[in-house]
Amino acid sequence: MTPLIEVRGLRYRYDDGTEALRGVDLTVYPGETVVLLGANGSGKTTLLLHLNGLLQGEGSVRVCGMDVSPPTLRDVRSKVGMVFQDADEQLFMPTVLEDVAFGPLNQGFPPDEAAARARAALAHVGLGDIEHRAPYHLSAGEKRRAALAGVLAMEPEILILDEPTTYLDPPAQRSLVKLLVNLPQAKVVATHDVRFAAALATRALFFDKGQVAREGSLSEIVELFRWDWDA
Amino acid sequence: MHHVVVEQWSRRHSFVHQRDARAKLLVALALLAALATSPASPVTAVPFALLVAVGIVAARLPLVSMLKKAAVVLPFSMLFGAVEWVAGQPLAGAALLVKSYISALTVLLLVASTPQPALLRGMESLGAPRLLVLMAQTLYRYLFVISEQAQHMRLAAVCRQGSAHRSQRRAFHAAAGALAILFARSYVRAEGIHRAMAARGFAGEFHSLRPPRFTRMDAVFAGVGSAVAVLAHLLVSHA
Repeated sequence: MTPLIEVRGLRYRYDDGTEALRGVDLTVYPGETVVLLGANGSGKTTLLLHLNGLLQGEGSVRVCGMDVSPPTLRDVRSKVGMVFQDADEQLFMPTVLEDVAFGPLNQGFPPDEAAARARAALAHVGLGDIEHRAPYHLSAGEKRRAALAGVLAMEPEILILDEPTTYLDPPAQRSLVKLLVNLPQAKVVATHDVRFAAALATRALFFDKGQVAREGSLSEIVELFRWDWDA
Repeated sequence: MHHVVVEQWSRRHSFVHQRDARAKLLVALALLAALATSPASPVTAVPFALLVAVGIVAARLPLVSMLKKAAVVLPFSMLFGAVEWVAGQPLAGAALLVKSYISALTVLLLVASTPQPALLRGMESLGAPRLLVLMAQTLYRYLFVISEQAQHMRLAAVCRQGSAHRSQRRAFHAAAGALAILFARSYVRAEGIHRAMAARGFAGEFHSLRPPRFTRMDAVFAGVGSAVAVLAHLLVSHA
């Protein structure tokens, strides 16, 4: 099977000298949900930002058979949908519908089709009735769903989710799990929430100091690193 | 939040709201030019004030709230008006004050009756520099970010204030520190927003779900509105 994501020997150093990634390898196949665990600052988000071309470090990053580099960024960003940790950063248009249609319009779809895609994505995440509301008036759960709809409207092959349960109460978390489980895309999820991870993960990676310290099933990782404080 | 209220006003429905942004921009420019070049007397501004008031009523916007919001320009124009006064031209100073206020009201009417994406698209299609339009678009989005950050910081400060009666000096120090932190936080937040925009394919151009359409009614509106502004100018110039 051809992998959707192939990362080899990825290294990245921020401007302040912090070495965030120190030779990371990652392979993701269609249908997989790979969960990234690890402490704050261990490199999870930095890796995710590379998958969408928002950061470019040393090493190789291939997505859907394309090298992630400036000439391929437009195509890469159509294939890789990224949901950020803070939904407020992702919702910046005056209405929910305009925000969700932002991606399809950038992809070059005409306004009618972009609106149709946006409405379909909003219906998919259960927000079909709030398309004319302002994003800053939504609840945390609705914001997260609207942010996800904004990505789904672009019909990506891969979903990247950075700490998707942040600010969500337990019912909203359960609702998000149900939604994500039924999405066909391959997913890479960075999270600290082991229960949330357990509901989704087909495989887990543990990050430590910019490296993948261990790869395996979620239960192996949790056991090895005693990552779940409820255990 | 001031900009949230204006944003909500801009999404109302009225004859003025329905007009294409370019038509409204042309009328507003004609009115501003006619007002600026009219004789320097506060009385000559009266016909222009009436025109703007008619526009506010036609747009079904709250007149009193609009008058209050436009007053934000007064401290600045009072300063320059005072300079004219001291220079021995009190009439010119008063005219400057009145004209700047009516100008602010005109711009507020334009912004409050035109959704921001349509307004900026209209500016661009009328030849405004692309960089300027892009900066305005980005700045508008970051306004929400900055005001939200400011509210969070204010709440945190009130929670830790201890006493409601603080000296002016301490309050000034606290405000200065908060302003610096607000700038740093807003910068980081703005970076995050730009990153999220780039992740969804943003390449420097904002697209809209509603492409602009310049109808015959828009042409009539632009023609009649501009003509009335010029007539008002001729009236006050030859009175």
